[in-house]
Amino acid sequence: MGKIILRNVNKSFGATQVIPGIDLTIEDGEFVVFVGPSGCGKSTLLRLIAGLEDTTSGTIEIDGRDVTKAAPAKRGLAMVFQSYALYPHMTVKNNIAFPLKMAKVSPDVIEKKVTEAARVLNLTNYLERRPGQLSGGQRQRVAIGRAIVREPSAFLFDEPLSNLDAALRGTMRLEISELHQQLKTTMIYVTHDQVEAMTMADKIVVLNAGNIEQVGSPLDLYNKPDNLFVAGFIGSPRMNFVKGKAAEPYRAPTVGIRPEHLRLSTESGTWRGVVGVAEHLGSDTFLHVNVEDVGMVTVRAGGDFAVTHGDTVYLTPDENRIHRFDDKGLAIR
Amino acid sequence: MARAVSTRRMAVATIAAWIVALIIFFPILYTIITSLKSEPEAIQGFNLIPSFTLESYVTVQTQRDYFKPFMNSVVLSVGSTLLALLVAVPAAWSMAFSPTNRTKDILMWMLSTKMMPAVAVLVPIYLIFRDTGLLDTRLGLTIMLTLINLPIVVWMLYTYFREIPGEILEAARMDGATLWGEIVYVLAPMAVPGIASTMLLNIILAWNEAFWTIRLTTTNAAPLTAFIASFSSPQGLFWAKLSAASTLAIAPILIMGWFSQKQLVRGLTFGAVK
Ligand SMILES: Nc1ncnc2c1ncn2[C@@H]1O[C@H](COP(=O)(O)OP(=O)(O)OP(=O)(O)O)[C@@H](O)[C@H]1O
Ligand SMILES: [Mg+2]
Repeated sequence: MGKIILRNVNKSFGATQVIPGIDLTIEDGEFVVFVGPSGCGKSTLLRLIAGLEDTTSGTIEIDGRDVTKAAPAKRGLAMVFQSYALYPHMTVKNNIAFPLKMAKVSPDVIEKKVTEAARVLNLTNYLERRPGQLSGGQRQRVAIGRAIVREPSAFLFDEPLSNLDAALRGTMRLEISELHQQLKTTMIYVTHDQVEAMTMADKIVVLNAGNIEQVGSPLDLYNKPDNLFVAGFIGSPRMNFVKGKAAEPYRAPTVGIRPEHLRLSTESGTWRGVVGVAEHLGSDTFLHVNVEDVGMVTVRAGGDFAVTHGDTVYLTPDENRIHRFDDKGLAIR
Repeated sequence: MARAVSTRRMAVATIAAWIVALIIFFPILYTIITSLKSEPEAIQGFNLIPSFTLESYVTVQTQRDYFKPFMNSVVLSVGSTLLALLVAVPAAWSMAFSPTNRTKDILMWMLSTKMMPAVAVLVPIYLIFRDTGLLDTRLGLTIMLTLINLPIVVWMLYTYFREIPGEILEAARMDGATLWGEIVYVLAPMAVPGIASTMLLNIILAWNEAFWTIRLTTTNAAPLTAFIASFSSPQGLFWAKLSAASTLAIAPILIMGWFSQKQLVRGLTFGAVK
């Protein structure tokens, strides 16, 4: 079980308030991702849940038990750190066995569980090595192994993949998702990589300066962002924002349109612009188009859409996929 | 081609290293050589080939007992090191793991005491020792050596402890370790190499300390440094005997250094190879 409830959780470091007051419910078995820009308080929030930081005020509840004042060890959670935080003087085997040893599990049970975890994580051949003799991906798997053996009520991940190269990140992402499907245990995952957030999450929590901007499924956030911040943060490349005269026809101070929701033509359309940079990714081409009265607009074209720098193109926003925002930046629905 | 150049470079570097090492080691070597000369030979002038006589060693041992100052050196250096660690480990520990905004100042202040010339406090310290009856006692000197080396011990330990990443301790806490478990299974194993090399270095420092050990002792607590010094003045300059005494005094610490060099080097480069 792993239902976690935060009630008005507040955290200050000295005079600086990092988390002004957060209410959040995480259901048992959910994969929740915290995203937000650097310094917005993602790690702090995770560490508050873990018990590595004390709350300034508010309460944290796990499975109906108030754990606000409980020590990290008493919360039944496991954490995977960005730096892996393996014990450098212990073998892989002892690293994975450590939480079990602390819980005074009998040696033969430890042996069985470590062997099983090593098998699942492809670490069987490395059990006698020290962390210093492993690659980054292997170290990360040891850290995950150390977390899964104790069968915690929830896993906490703090940017676990950010030290890995792009290819390995992709593989590990799948492995963690698969692990979640097998274990069906609550997972809270901090990242600032929105591909990770979109692909892994059941529920995304978007944070900004310690506040929750929006909570919802990846597609909810993509299709119905509550405000400008979420609209700009979720989706890649970023949503285009149009203000002033060009937004008037849509009866809103600010209008947002994603690069993939603009129809591109070389003959006619709502907006006329000149192609600046064209980024060819093979599958897609992203054009940065300079539109008069609107500014720079990013648009997605097919992989073989043949235009180059300086060409004139026409863009037409898809009327059904337009996002409208009021003066305060809140979505008009 | 590339290989030839690098081989030549290697050779040059090796020779240079040997020359530097020889220059540094030469005074010790010449001490040993002189100790193997007879007294007339020793005053004759520069000469690298001794007659390999052991007469100076025999005289040194019959004139003054070597064993007593040797034991004093052992007691003083080991005792003061253990005492210093007893104070410095918790001190460095708390400074490394729960620093306040005064921690840096305290560390600097401790270091600044090492910048003061020892002579400046010789008189007050001497008077205190005389009035408390600590002059020429092992206890008094152990305390003195502890105090003068304490800043360096705290600094070294602080630097080692700072190398231990806080996240590893947090991981241990998440893994259900109690405070005791955290210390025994995680902190101690990671701290031991640093403590060991601090200990070795401090034993060497204390063994070689000559200013206070010579001034605050006469016979009872005199360590090997005072033993050497005693050969220089009262009987005029007997180079061969003085050298024999010096050789006997530094031999134990050289041997210890030799056997623990791996630990010493590892300790000193702990941060770099982590
Ligand atoms: N121990 C601390 N003392 C003072 N301020 C802190 C402390 N820890 C974090 N902060 C501040 O709290 C804010 C949030 O930090 P946090 O580490 O939670 O950010 P984050 O969202 O995890 O960022 P990143 O994506 O860069 O990891 C930052 O402005 C940071 O400077
Ligand atoms: Mg962070």
